[in-house]
Amino acid sequence: MIADGAEDEEKWLAAGAAAFKQNAFYMQRAIDSNNLKDALKYSAQMLSELRTSKLSPHKYYDLYMRAFDELRKLEIFFTEETRRGCSVIELYELVQHAGNILPRLYLLCTAGSVYIKTKEAPAKEILKDLVEMCRGIQHPLRGLFLRSYLAQISRDKLPDIGSEYEGDADTVTDAVEFVLLNFTEMNKLWVRMQHQGPAREKERREKERSELRDLVGKNLHVLSQLEGVDLDMYRDTVLPRVLEQIVNCRDAIAQYYLMDCIIQVFPDDYHLQTLDVLLGACPQLQPSVDIMTVLSRLMERLSSYAALNAEVLPYFLQVEAFSKLNNAIGKVIEAQEDMPILSAVTLYSSLLKFTLHVHPDRLDYADQVLGSCIKQLSGKRKIDDSRATKEIVTLLSAPLEKYNDVVTALKLTNYPLVLEYLDSETKRVMATVIIRSIMKNNTLIATAEKVEALLELISGLINDLDEPQGLEVDEDDFEEEQNSVARLIHMLYNDDPEEMFKIISILKNHILTGGPKRLKFTVPPLVVSALKLIRRLPVEGDNPFGKEASVSATKIFQFLNEIIEALPNVPSPDLAFRLYLQCAEAANKCDEEPIAYEFFTQAYILYEEEISDSKAQVTALQLIIGTLQRMHVFGVENRDTLTHKAMGYSAKLLKKPEQCRAVYGCSHLFWLEGHEAIQDGERVLRCLKRALKIANSAQQMTSAARGSTGSVTLFIEILNKYLYFYEKGIPQITVGTVESLIQLIKNEESMTSEPSAESFFASTLRFMEFQKEKGGAIGDRYEEIKV
Amino acid sequence: MVLVLALGDLHVPHRAADLPPKFKSMLVPGKIQHIICTGNLCIKEIHDYLKTICPDLHIVRGEFDEDARYPENKTLTIGQFKLGLCHGHQVIPWGDLDSLAMLQRQLDVDILVTGHTHQFTAYKHEGGVVINPGSATGAYSSINQEVNPSFVLMDIDGLRVVVYVYELIDGEVKVDKIDFKKTSTSNSAP
Repeated sequence: MIADGAEDEEKWLAAGAAAFKQNAFYMQRAIDSNNLKDALKYSAQMLSELRTSKLSPHKYYDLYMRAFDELRKLEIFFTEETRRGCSVIELYELVQHAGNILPRLYLLCTAGSVYIKTKEAPAKEILKDLVEMCRGIQHPLRGLFLRSYLAQISRDKLPDIGSEYEGDADTVTDAVEFVLLNFTEMNKLWVRMQHQGPAREKERREKERSELRDLVGKNLHVLSQLEGVDLDMYRDTVLPRVLEQIVNCRDAIAQYYLMDCIIQVFPDDYHLQTLDVLLGACPQLQPSVDIMTVLSRLMERLSSYAALNAEVLPYFLQVEAFSKLNNAIGKVIEAQEDMPILSAVTLYSSLLKFTLHVHPDRLDYADQVLGSCIKQLSGKRKIDDSRATKEIVTLLSAPLEKYNDVVTALKLTNYPLVLEYLDSETKRVMATVIIRSIMKNNTLIATAEKVEALLELISGLINDLDEPQGLEVDEDDFEEEQNSVARLIHMLYNDDPEEMFKIISILKNHILTGGPKRLKFTVPPLVVSALKLIRRLPVEGDNPFGKEASVSATKIFQFLNEIIEALPNVPSPDLAFRLYLQCAEAANKCDEEPIAYEFFTQAYILYEEEISDSKAQVTALQLIIGTLQRMHVFGVENRDTLTHKAMGYSAKLLKKPEQCRAVYGCSHLFWLEGHEAIQDGERVLRCLKRALKIANSAQQMTSAARGSTGSVTLFIEILNKYLYFYEKGIPQITVGTVESLIQLIKNEESMTSEPSAESFFASTLRFMEFQKEKGGAIGDRYEEIKV
Repeated sequence: MVLVLALGDLHVPHRAADLPPKFKSMLVPGKIQHIICTGNLCIKEIHDYLKTICPDLHIVRGEFDEDARYPENKTLTIGQFKLGLCHGHQVIPWGDLDSLAMLQRQLDVDILVTGHTHQFTAYKHEGGVVINPGSATGAYSSINQEVNPSFVLMDIDGLRVVVYVYELIDGEVKVDKIDFKKTSTSNSAP
């Protein structure tokens, strides 16, 4: 016979339910007619249905619930009977006449409940009798439910302090003993269920068993609700006895569930005061118990307990909660040899969260946790379990989130050591987390030592020494990461120039190992850091004590030269070109002519050799002329060389209009307001004339090509330049030249109808009118021009 | 009434980590109708950030912008005003008002907005205005020694524009305003 077929079970349940229903009906009829004898007879028959072994725990539970409802009615009937004069002691005897033991015990419990309520005998005596009698059922499922019934009916009748059933001096002990005994027996039965039936159904049985766990756990809940269970009672009796049962039952399901149950049902301060005992049990549990979850929950509870009640913090220190937890975790990991690395890391992650929460001021604790974690990791190779690496990221992120300050995390000496165990991908993730924390909190990293430590931490983003070949990082991601490194560089700062120079020197060492792809991101911010530092240097001669300054502008310029040098090879010649010009201007401010000249030369070399795109050339030349125009440090010779070259570049641009504009731009190189040495009207005029010539040929070219006159705009632009210098009073720019240029444009304009040129010319004329009306010296000069 | 945000020369991440948090908290989406940006953003993240403040975004190219889609200069009309936008490294001498005025005449605009010098300026000039919103991040500049982060809000209403400049000085946001009225004579359209 195959007893476990689901269909069979349904059949059995249906048959059992029908018989049950019938007997319940007769029982009710007997109750209605106050017939005690029949009521007992039919209730016993009804309860006989609970003797079945054919039902799964789930279906058995259904049946039990029906019986429970019927027994409520019976209990009420019993109570009424005792009021009507029936002796409760007799009743207690009478129910024991039932033929079968299971119905007999159910009835006995029911009668016992009434007996206690009459208070004709002390509750403890009756309870003791009941709990002992229940030993008669050793079938796991039936016994478990019977005892569950006992627990149910006795809940409100325990001789607890303050209860109406309170007994003599040891009344709490009596109550506790009763519940503990019932709990112990129930647990034994529950564990034994595992060994009933064929081995191949083990998995199903485990599932079914899990469904019944609350029947057992309810006892612990009852214990926690007892008034009389104070800390002493809990520490001396309850906890040791419960743990004893848990450890001795040697069943992983029961151990996991009951440990968790203890943690959840008893108050936090009890846990805190009994940590030794509770944690002491952990290593004794079966190796397959998910101790990680149990301990994590315990630590979670304790953390939130501390968070909500600041006044309990001294107790945490008093009982050395941290070191006890730390030790316990170590022992558990030792005891459970096969514990996956994920669980170990998760345990330490929880412990770290605990200590960050409870003891935020004890960095040494946090460092200890990391140290213990390393001990666990050290035996293993790099972690390849993705969930474990994720957990390590969580572990390492916790201090950053807690302190909102990476500087604090940098004090944890074990921090970088944990990072060592990550693969390069995860190291990058971690580095991003660290940078994000710094940026979010605006943390300045202010000493060379800390910068060094930080750069080690984020080395995953800074160098690619151990980057696996062929593993291409997504380009957008890479860009975003490198940009975040670039942003980070601005956070490495110290007011003191010497310390700052140390910082940028360390940065340089790290950055230059970054490989070609990273330099274009990291070099510009480093250059800017160095340039800013130059500005902060004390002016020479301000140091009357003659102390040899270890940082000088010259030294930093040398430094700048070295880092920018790396860029053209990357290749990022455009960027290097711009940075050289920035440096040149900084050298100009420092009155360092040879250095400025050197930077300019470097920029020119890049312009000539590397910048070939015509559009890029136009911009580059604008930058050359714009920068050169601002340089006052150069002597005549250097200046001539550089301007001469700039003029040469201008004439060589690809398109005529571009040439023309660059050339008239060069006119400014010969006229620096406020610098009489650089005011050469003759050469200004030559520039403008040359620009005119180019504009002419540009126009001829376009008219030849398209058969129409080209843009007259260039002429108007040049006119504006003439006016610019005319206004400045440069003698070489005469009224005549301006007037003839205006005439020329007017003639051109009659030929063309370009609205933009027309409006440009109109607004230029309006400008001249405007200046005339201003009066004064400028007004007089404009007065002379006859339009 | 139309609000126009003008800003530029952020130089992120070359010269600054980000916009000052105080600015960020002021620049909330939904209030500004147009953004004009003088360039040098320099990265896409900043472009995307500006887009969140206002989708109508006009950008010209600064010398450090890699995005070649940004034009050298741009004109647009908002209400009664014609605006011109240019980064400014093209106009030599850099930051020179008379030279910028030439560009203003060439573009034929009422308001010319340029950057590059990292120094906030606003001049009324020949019946127009020349504005430089400075650097929104207070980025290092070889032109100006001391750079305070700044940006400009223009409130354009009919023939009137009020220019508000927000400058972060020693951690405090200072606001200044300049009133400008366009007269019929300055209306350059023929």
